[in-house]
Amino acid sequence: MALSSVGKCFSSFGLFGRTLTGTEAKAVCCYHKKVVDHYENPRNVGSLDKNARNVGTGLVGAPACGDVMKLQIQVDENGKIVDARFKTFGCGSAIASSSLATEWVKGKSVDEALKIKNTEIAKELCLPPVKLHCSMLAEDAIKAALADYRLKQKDEEKVAEAVN
Amino acid sequence: MMSRSVTRKLLGSIRGVSTSARLNCPGAPASAPAAQRGRELIKSRELEKDELRPLYMDFQATTPMDPRVLDAMLPYQVNYYGNPHSRTHAYGWESETAMEKARKQVADLIGADPREIVFTSGATESNNMSIKGVARFYKARKKHVITTQTEHKCVLDSCRVLESEGFDVTYMPVKSNGLIDLQQLVETIRPDTSLVSVMTVNNEIGVKQPIKEIGTICRSKNVFFHTDAAQAVGKIPINVSELKVDLMSISGHKIYGPKGVGALFVRRRPRVRIEPLQSGGGQERGLRSGTVPTPLAVGLGAACELAQQEMEQVFLLGGKTCKAKLTKQKLFICYDHARVSMLATRLVQKIMTEIPDVVMNGDPDQRYPGCINLSFAYVEGESLLMALKDVALSSGSACTSASLEPSYVLRAIGTDEDLAHSSIRFGIGRFTTEEEVDYTAEKCIQQVRRLREMSPLWEMVQEGIDLKSIKWTQH
Repeated sequence: MALSSVGKCFSSFGLFGRTLTGTEAKAVCCYHKKVVDHYENPRNVGSLDKNARNVGTGLVGAPACGDVMKLQIQVDENGKIVDARFKTFGCGSAIASSSLATEWVKGKSVDEALKIKNTEIAKELCLPPVKLHCSMLAEDAIKAALADYRLKQKDEEKVAEAVN
Repeated sequence: MMSRSVTRKLLGSIRGVSTSARLNCPGAPASAPAAQRGRELIKSRELEKDELRPLYMDFQATTPMDPRVLDAMLPYQVNYYGNPHSRTHAYGWESETAMEKARKQVADLIGADPREIVFTSGATESNNMSIKGVARFYKARKKHVITTQTEHKCVLDSCRVLESEGFDVTYMPVKSNGLIDLQQLVETIRPDTSLVSVMTVNNEIGVKQPIKEIGTICRSKNVFFHTDAAQAVGKIPINVSELKVDLMSISGHKIYGPKGVGALFVRRRPRVRIEPLQSGGGQERGLRSGTVPTPLAVGLGAACELAQQEMEQVFLLGGKTCKAKLTKQKLFICYDHARVSMLATRLVQKIMTEIPDVVMNGDPDQRYPGCINLSFAYVEGESLLMALKDVALSSGSACTSASLEPSYVLRAIGTDEDLAHSSIRFGIGRFTTEEEVDYTAEKCIQQVRRLREMSPLWEMVQEGIDLKSIKWTQH
């Protein structure tokens, strides 16, 4: 049964997490050390104030699918992303993908961040084919956060025009 | 001591497997010599000195062999190695004697006659034999088979094969506590039903089906009753005559016996006829041809005998073992079932008192206590397993199954999809200690708290948002 075979796999995972070094000497079902690293020491977990005018929030995925990512970005006046935070309901690869996404968007401009592709995330974390959807969701989260930020800026402009 | 060519082939095949499994990652060692890489691969799988192994809490997947079973098996591996079907010399005779002794031990555990036990390669083969065998034998007049939606995959797949052969199969639904509705079963049985198959104890959620009642119904309607008792044999008392069971599958490696062996109980009175799956020399009464693996059969027999003893062993304070009933003296009851129940209650209570929003899947009373399936809301199962990396556990989450579908058993009992993604199965067995249970509970509580801090769903619930009211981006 899938459960039992994965159960056996996970029992050996405890060894792999500690014994393996840089080589790719592992079976397909066990985690790459980069994923483990992001999972154990996730960067940028948390929340920003979602009502602030320079914060964009992207919420993608569905609990029924087992993957929900919330990614928030804080943008300064020059259009550069200065801070990013994430929260994820998902497997180890999903957590690692969103953690990596927050690392990569920091310091980029809003337009540059749009260019981040899921294939790059997957390559960096060495995600197996069955986990590629996690990287796609991370890319969607980035785009959703940027879209939300854009929307907020447009609303601000409309309000400013109306006042004037 | 292996010859050079064999070593080269072995390393070459290991290398072959790893290369195909390897992803195209930057930083891959491009040109290490082949034999060196092979050795590295072998070494990386061995434990470092003083490396700690994870705690084993997955007793439904498999169980370690009881050392007493190993003791029983060893002589038959190297000394008494004859083929039990050899009629003409002492090697065969002694092997046959051992095989028949094992048969009796298995039969005694379930209250059967030794002539009703057939040795197989495991519960999967036993299930295949009974379902396909009975259905095909009686196919001239009976074309209907009934099973449940929570059966083991081998039962469901055998039924699927029967469907493609032209049989009618009804997969009965289960109630939200995992038990089947007896009234619905009575209504589903047709005049042309040949077999009903319901497992005794479910391997994922641990619920115990009302086998006695189902047996009575089937007997009254003249329908054969098969039960997959792989998770139940040796753990709860079973008597095939009381339960009115006609076919029963037994698995060796679930009851602290060897892997690769099982048994099938086939009732003789009233006789159940089966069309054999495996053809050959007619061993095992023609039902399962092939040499019976004597060491494995002896192991299974020993495991069954031990299980029977351990199920009901009573110690008097003072040390003498006896099977006395409770007398005025205080008796310290120390059998497997009581111990497993105690540990299970300990684990569940510890976890459920410390963290909120934990759901136990399956009926709380009609269950085998050693199999606990808990859903931790707002935390995904695979990430929790990764966090509990020094405990060997299993999950009903999609990510841990090859197909990204959550467990079909959890879906059949009507668990919400997001809870199905959050489930973890804890297995407790004969060799689990209180320290292991305490450590697992502590670690679980700690990690669930940490993962909930990282979870957007938990955050939303804390803010008072109803998750069911949100329109998610995917369906």
